[in-house]
Amino acid sequence: MSVTITVNGADHALDVDPSTPLLYVLRDDLELNGAKYGCGLGQCGACTVQIDGKPAFSCLTPVGAVAGRRIRTVEGLGSAGAPGLLQQAFEKEQAAQCGYCIAGMIMRAQALLDRNPDPDDAQIRAHMQTNLCRCGTHMRILRAVRRAVALRKGTQSAQEVRP
Amino acid sequence: MNPVPSMLSRRSFLTGGALVVSFALAPKAFAQLAGGGEGGAGPTVVAPDLKGSLKSTPWLDAWIRIDADGRVTVFTGKVELGQGIRTALIQVAAEELDIPPAVVTLVTADTERTPDEGLTAGSHSMQDSGTAIQNAAANVRMLLAAEAARDWGVPAEQVTTGGDGRLRAPDGRTLSYGDVAARLSLHVQAVPDAPLRRPSDYRTLGRELPRVDIPAKLTGGAAYLHDMRLPGMLHARVVRGPSVGTSLKSPDLDTVARMPGVVKIVRQGGFLAVVAERQWSAIQAMRHLQRAAYERAPQPPLPADGAGDAVATTLKALPARDIAIMDTSEPAGPAVCTVKARYTRPWISHGSIGPSCAIAQYLDGTMTVWTHSQGTFDVRRVVVELLGLPPEKVHAIHAEGAGCYGQNGADDVAADAAVIAKAVPGRPIRLQWMREQEFGWEPLGPGMMTELEAALGADNRIVSWTHAVWSNPHNNRPVGAGGVLAGNEADPPFPVPEGKPIPMPEGDGSRNSNPLYNFANTHVVYHFLKDMPARVSALRSLGAHLNVFSIESMLDELATAAGIDPLAIRLDHMRDERAREVMQAAADRFGWAKRPRGDGRRGCGMAFARYKNLGAYCAVAMEVEVDRETGRTLVRRAVAAVDCGQPANPDGVRNQIEGALVQSLSWTSREAVRFVADRRASFDWSSYPILRFDDVPGSVEVVVMDRPGAPFLGTAEAGQGPTAAALANAIADATGVRLRDMPLSPDRLKAAIGPV
Amino acid sequence: MKRTRWTGRTVGRWAAGGALACLVGVGAILGFAHRSGLPASPPPKPDAFPAEMLTRGAALATIGDCIVCHTADGGVPYAGGRALATPFGTLYSTNITPDPETGIGGWSKEAFKRAMRDGVSRDGSHLYPALPYDHYRQVHDGDLDAIYAFLMTRPAATAPARENDLIFPLGFRPLLAGWKLLFLHQEEFTPRPDRDSEWNRGAYLAEGLGHCSSCHSPRNLAGAEETGASAYSGGLAEGWVAPALNGSSPAAVTWTKESLFTYLRTGVDGHHGAAAGPMGPVVHGLSRAPEADVRAIASYIASLSADRAAKAPAMADRPAEAAKTNPGGAALFAGACAGCHDGGAPMMTQGRPGLSTVTALRLDQPDNTIRAILQGIHAPTGPAGPAMPPFAASLTDAQVADLAAYLRSRFSDLPAWTSLETAAATVRKEDSQP
Ligand code: FES
Ligand code: FES
Repeated sequence: MSVTITVNGADHALDVDPSTPLLYVLRDDLELNGAKYGCGLGQCGACTVQIDGKPAFSCLTPVGAVAGRRIRTVEGLGSAGAPGLLQQAFEKEQAAQCGYCIAGMIMRAQALLDRNPDPDDAQIRAHMQTNLCRCGTHMRILRAVRRAVALRKGTQSAQEVRP
Repeated sequence: MNPVPSMLSRRSFLTGGALVVSFALAPKAFAQLAGGGEGGAGPTVVAPDLKGSLKSTPWLDAWIRIDADGRVTVFTGKVELGQGIRTALIQVAAEELDIPPAVVTLVTADTERTPDEGLTAGSHSMQDSGTAIQNAAANVRMLLAAEAARDWGVPAEQVTTGGDGRLRAPDGRTLSYGDVAARLSLHVQAVPDAPLRRPSDYRTLGRELPRVDIPAKLTGGAAYLHDMRLPGMLHARVVRGPSVGTSLKSPDLDTVARMPGVVKIVRQGGFLAVVAERQWSAIQAMRHLQRAAYERAPQPPLPADGAGDAVATTLKALPARDIAIMDTSEPAGPAVCTVKARYTRPWISHGSIGPSCAIAQYLDGTMTVWTHSQGTFDVRRVVVELLGLPPEKVHAIHAEGAGCYGQNGADDVAADAAVIAKAVPGRPIRLQWMREQEFGWEPLGPGMMTELEAALGADNRIVSWTHAVWSNPHNNRPVGAGGVLAGNEADPPFPVPEGKPIPMPEGDGSRNSNPLYNFANTHVVYHFLKDMPARVSALRSLGAHLNVFSIESMLDELATAAGIDPLAIRLDHMRDERAREVMQAAADRFGWAKRPRGDGRRGCGMAFARYKNLGAYCAVAMEVEVDRETGRTLVRRAVAAVDCGQPANPDGVRNQIEGALVQSLSWTSREAVRFVADRRASFDWSSYPILRFDDVPGSVEVVVMDRPGAPFLGTAEAGQGPTAAALANAIADATGVRLRDMPLSPDRLKAAIGPV
Repeated sequence: MKRTRWTGRTVGRWAAGGALACLVGVGAILGFAHRSGLPASPPPKPDAFPAEMLTRGAALATIGDCIVCHTADGGVPYAGGRALATPFGTLYSTNITPDPETGIGGWSKEAFKRAMRDGVSRDGSHLYPALPYDHYRQVHDGDLDAIYAFLMTRPAATAPARENDLIFPLGFRPLLAGWKLLFLHQEEFTPRPDRDSEWNRGAYLAEGLGHCSSCHSPRNLAGAEETGASAYSGGLAEGWVAPALNGSSPAAVTWTKESLFTYLRTGVDGHHGAAAGPMGPVVHGLSRAPEADVRAIASYIASLSADRAAKAPAMADRPAEAAKTNPGGAALFAGACAGCHDGGAPMMTQGRPGLSTVTALRLDQPDNTIRAILQGIHAPTGPAGPAMPPFAASLTDAQVADLAAYLRSRFSDLPAWTSLETAAATVRKEDSQP
């Protein structure tokens, strides 16, 4: 069966069982590495992507359900050569240990910043609550999101963000 | 001269003006305990005078290659686990060769390309590989300088380097490393005394070089084994019961054989897997097979579920072998205050965010396995025995996985993949475990208990100290087929090898049971329990988590009983100057002297340990706030100080300690694997919750001690024990309630506090 | 924990009813509408109460779930400020810590009991029946004393009451006098001699502090609970259907004392779905309440549907038929749900209940099913409870409708639901309100 999905602005027509979770389509058909398999149960957020601007678990999203909707993955935010704002902030803060959770963290944070460009620390923590990190990189992830907020506002030099 | 390497055929030679990897294999050895002091097999020591892993692999060309264009390749037998070792080792090599780090390429464990350095574990990587690369690089720089000096006709001491990959003569002439290297063979043994660069001249070491692996991880680059896509690759899923010890009764193979996309069902003895063109087909087939009822083979009962008493009951019922760890006696005054306490820790899951994964391909009689195991060379040993292949026909290559913190499913999944690949020759097989398989089948961190009794004399000095620890082995790393699930499921099965303790000074359940403090009359005994009610193996910090928790809790219990400041009682019993400085540094940065005193809700605690008494020193202080209605504890702020010798990359050290601290908070405050009669009942993140963003500390600060040029001391596991104890101590300070059984959960704290 | 919302129907009914009652009797009741203020009294000393009294008060307060309504998200326990959103505006719970200025520190025991029984604040003004004083009237005097002691020994927090934000004329509190005149007649609980003491204890707790029927019974036009034969025949809470607990219970497997006990303690038992929506906080409290009290409540509630055991329905699971009538729903189920809820999935191999046993799929209304799909289920007993992720971001209303239709036809033998897409859109809209 053929399904057409729009990922990071590009359309892809795929011959795939519509029940296939989006995660496997992104990884195996479109060869995008950002979304990760962590649990397949909607419990960890490693697979987080944006669907029509909202953060969603790609591991539990049948690809047939997102035909024609806007899907954004971490690859859509920037590349190693031209990183997006959050990616720059994570790089600056060296906010990764194993990094397996990080693409999902960035996508969840991006959804917050899209909706609220100036969240406070409590709002960031509450929003990020869904996603798990086992390496204990939380403090740096929070710093990175705060840094992205500051970078965007441009009112503070990036240096001043470190608490 | 040592014996000629047995695998000469694999050596390549000086060609095309470059020093090509002249791979020098150490003599094969399977018996030696190496690998970061956490079991595993490892190489034999052939050059005891050399430092780090040069002891077992003394040839320089095994470590460093310099191309004609000046590009440098460095080989390590250690692997990146998210600890940043890749960057740290590049910094070490760049510093000692005196070249820009950007020209260094690092190759991590690969059975055909790199030295065997045993496991990447036990916080040994900087000590083993960092030290080896540092000394190898110093040797290479020395040889390059000597060769250039010969060319220029000047004394070697007058040849200098400027950090740009060129050698300089006193008269200003220069030669590039590449040109000089082209005339040299590095297939020579290192000498022990090649001069190291002076810390005051460091250009790269000790700098906060951004980690080389991070950009790809932030942008969806190919960063993990999980991201590898080989031509013709098939997807497999292994099919098992809900947890270790169970097996499926008559799975419905017929239906699955007819499912679209299913390429093959692999069934050998008790091993069952499905192979499909697409991941989703493999998962659906696996689920269909897992509908079958399961049974649990007769075996010892699983650990009892529940509080500290349950852990203690389970462990005390097992036959113990008593191992004396420490016995000192010296005259001391009479005891005026004695405290006796039992501390426990339940079984804990590694819980990597990414379930274990491997790719295997059996092509033309050679098995290649890509693995994120901590023991790449052990993976080869396992596959060799499991599949009966000659060692030279098995090639294991490390590729990065999610963080693993010990022996998770990585070794098992690699063996699983190899079994499947052998049955489907030609095509690469990618196998990832499901979340519930990782929870259900990986070896756990063992449940443990300690009993301590300590006494203070009239002068506030500790006059006696007894520490008994009960634990299963933490050392069940697979070195043969019996150590992995696929081996146990083979027909006939390879039996699970009997667990053995790791001797001190590293220890396993005994790790850090010997206090670094100077106590009079210290008696420490390890009740080693070889019979394992649950599958267990190494989890980050091994026994140090509970032993340090116990020692450092007991110190506070004594301090409270006698009205002594917790920092003072520690300093009073510590002669090691670096330990004192670390404690003081943490206390100063924390503002210990002016800390808010326990008021029923807020309180502060601190703790200290030197990991294994021979690794990094780490002190942790934290302030907590307890919600007395719910027992919920929030860490307002935490400060850690760490002395790991010369830090290769201080930010990398901070990252490791921050991570250790947060992870230990999660272990200590909320984690416990649950069991029911016939299985593990923790199978997902809802049945095994870990720390989330709303429970992480308000702030974490890490002070890295500056120790220019001091030998590297492993850091990654130094924070676990001190964090656990600092939390218990802070809770006790805040509430007056002492929790001794992990997890220090809200329910337990609330129960201990009572209604007010 | 997700914010508990008092949406729509429940609040709407009593609010409308209050206005109605007021109109009926407005002239006659003006005298009643005014209650006298009570003088401020100095807060009792923390050591004024014996320890057993505090322990008892703590247990009773847990069963009454005081902390749930009287704590804002991330706020100080009992300091109030939780928003209770209604279509008629928003109510905010108040500070019940012993702060003299902003809490109940100046309240005497008498003032406290008057509020609990008559719904009158210390200053004489009427309290909205969001505080279920119709139930608390049934609580024994000594137990109210214990709860008073417990609350008065909490740490005082300064947290001024937030102004309620209700539409005209509901902000005018004297209107509540009319409602009370009509509906506030409950008496203190008296045990039934023909029942054992456990049952009587359970009835006392469930009818009084536990106020179970305030959600599980229907309400009349004036927003008061229906009693008699209609009691426990199902109601509404925060937009969720609170299923019937009497003989008309829709459960696939009749509740027993044991299964109810397990459910109330852990949020799930082997034969019923997980506690969702406003039942989550209830279970959260009961998981920490004295075990014997929870057993007693289970004993009482199970007795309400004891006569149903014989006519329990057969459990259904008809994947092939359901897929034939609803292939779209089947594909959505396979990709979104099967990883937990279909055969061979980890939850199933671990003995968690299958969807055939889930009451939400057996109700006449699809609301609970739709809410669970859109919002997910928040672990009721804390982090280690059963949980389900939300699908609001990944599924459209039409897809939720397809899925719900598939679930109904596969896992029940009951008639198909109608207007599912509209229902999904309504729930989604309510959810997106702040
Ligand atoms: S992989 Fe999707 S939430 Fe864990
Ligand atoms: S960085 Fe490893 S899981 Fe988050």
